Amino acid sequence: MTSFLEVVDLVKHFPGVKANDGVNLTLHKGEVHSILGENGAGKSTLMKLIYGLYQPDSGEIRLEGKPVKFHSPRDAIRAGIGMVHQHFMLIPALTVADNIVLGDEPGGITYKRAEAEKKVRELSEKYRLEVDPSAKVEQLSVGLQQRVEILKALYRKAKVLILDEPTAVLTPQETEELFSVVRHLKSQGIPVLFISHKLDEVRAIADRVTVMRAGKTVETLPIGDATPQQLANLMVGREVVLRVEKTKANPGEVILDVQQLRVNDTARREKVRNVSFQIRAGEIFGIAGIDGNGQTELVDAIAGLLPIVGGRLRFLGRDITRLSTAERTKAGIAYVPQDRQLDGLVLDFTLTENAILRDFKRKPFSKGGILFHKPAKTYAERLINLFDVRPRDVNRHAGDLSGGNQQKVILAREVSREPHLLIAVQPTRGLDVGAIEGIHKQLLRLRDEGKAILLVSLELDEILSLSDRIGVIHSGEMVGIVPGESATREQLGLLMTGVTNGEATEVTTR
Amino acid sequence: MKHIMRALATPVIASLLAIIIGGIIAAAIGYNPLQVYGALISGAFGNAANIGYTLAIATPLILIGLGIAISFRAGLFNIGAEGQYWVSVMAATWVGYHFTGLPGWLHVILCLVVAMLVGGLWAGIIPGLAKAYRGAHEVITTMMMSYTGILLCKYMIEDGPMRKPGYIPESYPIPQNTWLPTLIPQSQLTIGIVIAIVAVVVVWFVLFHTTLGFQLRVVGSNPRAARYAGIRVPLYTVLALGISGVLSGLAGGVQLLAIDHRLAEGFNTGYGFTGIVVALLARNNPFGVIVAAVFFAALSTGGQNMQQVTNIPASLTDVLTGLIIFFVAAERIVPQVIQWYKRWTSRASTSISEEGPKPA
Repeated sequence: MTSFLEVVDLVKHFPGVKANDGVNLTLHKGEVHSILGENGAGKSTLMKLIYGLYQPDSGEIRLEGKPVKFHSPRDAIRAGIGMVHQHFMLIPALTVADNIVLGDEPGGITYKRAEAEKKVRELSEKYRLEVDPSAKVEQLSVGLQQRVEILKALYRKAKVLILDEPTAVLTPQETEELFSVVRHLKSQGIPVLFISHKLDEVRAIADRVTVMRAGKTVETLPIGDATPQQLANLMVGREVVLRVEKTKANPGEVILDVQQLRVNDTARREKVRNVSFQIRAGEIFGIAGIDGNGQTELVDAIAGLLPIVGGRLRFLGRDITRLSTAERTKAGIAYVPQDRQLDGLVLDFTLTENAILRDFKRKPFSKGGILFHKPAKTYAERLINLFDVRPRDVNRHAGDLSGGNQQKVILAREVSREPHLLIAVQPTRGLDVGAIEGIHKQLLRLRDEGKAILLVSLELDEILSLSDRIGVIHSGEMVGIVPGESATREQLGLLMTGVTNGEATEVTTR
Repeated sequence: MKHIMRALATPVIASLLAIIIGGIIAAAIGYNPLQVYGALISGAFGNAANIGYTLAIATPLILIGLGIAISFRAGLFNIGAEGQYWVSVMAATWVGYHFTGLPGWLHVILCLVVAMLVGGLWAGIIPGLAKAYRGAHEVITTMMMSYTGILLCKYMIEDGPMRKPGYIPESYPIPQNTWLPTLIPQSQLTIGIVIAIVAVVVVWFVLFHTTLGFQLRVVGSNPRAARYAGIRVPLYTVLALGISGVLSGLAGGVQLLAIDHRLAEGFNTGYGFTGIVVALLARNNPFGVIVAAVFFAALSTGGQNMQQVTNIPASLTDVLTGLIIFFVAAERIVPQVIQWYKRWTSRASTSISEEGPKPA
């Protein structure tokens, strides 16, 4: 095999950080090569160096044997490097074809839309990336939008494709589809550089994997030789526990009692239909379901962020159906929301201010309306030490932190409130193995301390490995509640698509 | 310390750039820029009387700028400070000439409290509630309420019950025992400036050391996180606009007791609009508001002297104001220009990119 893209001893420093410190990488023709590393290991910096967004301090990038220097992405694109960013760069109001040809439109002064659509159609047939060229991007699912991004790169005659954390935004089904697209691209001779921190995905798609840690490339090995444990250890630099050990649950009294709950979303569409379940002290109740089946609305209603249209909510025996968010927080409901940047944090506030975001009204942080910064600071310092938030500086703004560290701040804040019930929605989304391990351990520790935990996740593995009982939600209805230890992926998968429990399996509901 | 420097950098650079470009303009139309600026500075700060005059003008600007800064902090744009200011002057004037039997100090307090209350209600009730519960944009509603207020004042002294008989349309004057004592004799500088500075300290304390300020800032920075934190976003929207109006009202009250002593025709001072620029230049920092207000007051007082001494039109100061707004608003221009320059130099020094592979 010949090498297509080579990275030799690449170094990039930022003030105070060696983001890339001697990075070596060889991408062969016709391979899917994965870069695996924790958040902050330097994967994104490396990609930006290859894509011309940054210039290296030293070292070399070689394309087909020739050294290249890119001063901007434009140079990189011209040289045949295609990149799909984690956050898409599409114009929602334009059509698929418009987006793809944008900046390189067919026709002279006039824009020939028909020709653009024809070209896009040819391209999508050639690479088996089915998408309607005349559809508006805003009407497409996230998975299809990603296809448009890939087509955009291919339209610009990309000879290599870089996918930056491509699965972070996808559902499991969409991930599978992406993988078949990647395999097809490979068969067409387009090498793919696949950035990820998810072990199972890397093992499913890559031919070879290069592990990065702390700005360095640690090792490159064929995927066949690598066990998940080995890869995880390489990434983190120590022995990690991939699947948390769990003792048997010891459920106590009923903490949360949800009866016939009905909830509408903000556009007044019915999203939760007569859902009933109970969570006891000392158990983790997992909610599995395909995204958009009412999970978000259900937890928002329990947390008090959406009004309850019908049904009852009892917490520790008390009716909380009509209580405000603040009152529920005070009563002992902690909430790790799905979108940490939109809901969980105030990004231009310091970590100290974010640490007391939900508790600023109580002592010792305030009294009679006066805020006291010192106890808040001490508290924040304790939280970030306990949860190993980096950087360890409570005066930094939350927006300066990496996603994993932002999540740690939220979890630290919610857990430290000593709640009776913790609602955690996608608590490990976008986090790396080391951080996931830590968060899973925390959740189990809380369970063993006798807290009730409501876990909502789109990752079936997460639900299966943590939950004591699993409720499956489909179009707003709880279609089944199954015991955690006997549940299987297949059974949950069927329930998630709306097949009723009786049909799905003979496993007993409760 | 470092972050104080960083916070100061943009407004200071913006002002400097504006002053330099203003100088170039002055030179281009045939004036000596040094002489022009010399006259401007001496007009603003040349002697005690000038300083007093500058600070007297700065007083309402501090208070109004402070109010607008609060609304900005809560993510709201109170553009109608001018109207809130004048409605408050009107109310305080009425209280001023009606309750003449009161002791002076009590009367002063009553006038100021009424001014604050009226300003707060003018901003808080209609614009505040409409924004909080129906999502009506505060830029439109505060602006409309502002015109309404100004026209109401006009009516009151032209045909309305507050008109003092005579040829000049103006209200009855307020009694002399409510006038604020002057700090520098023969100047317009009164203890109003002290009130303004106290207000700055109070606002700073409220914003950064109370749960009220914390909640206002959370609502301003991230309303979704505010809801999640259990903050009643509509309530704090109303409060933010209300407090903003209270400070515009206080500005009106102080101005009445310190300088105007009556509601008079031709009262369109534009303080309410300059106050927006003050808040912008101060980047919504309460202490920055003092500096920015004095700066704009100096442009105004110095500008008159500048015109007398050098014959250059005083509207040069308007040009300066415009340039400052431009540079503050376009603060990202500075790093962008640096980046372009860097890219340009690096491209010039290495031509290796041209040898890179051509697209297939």
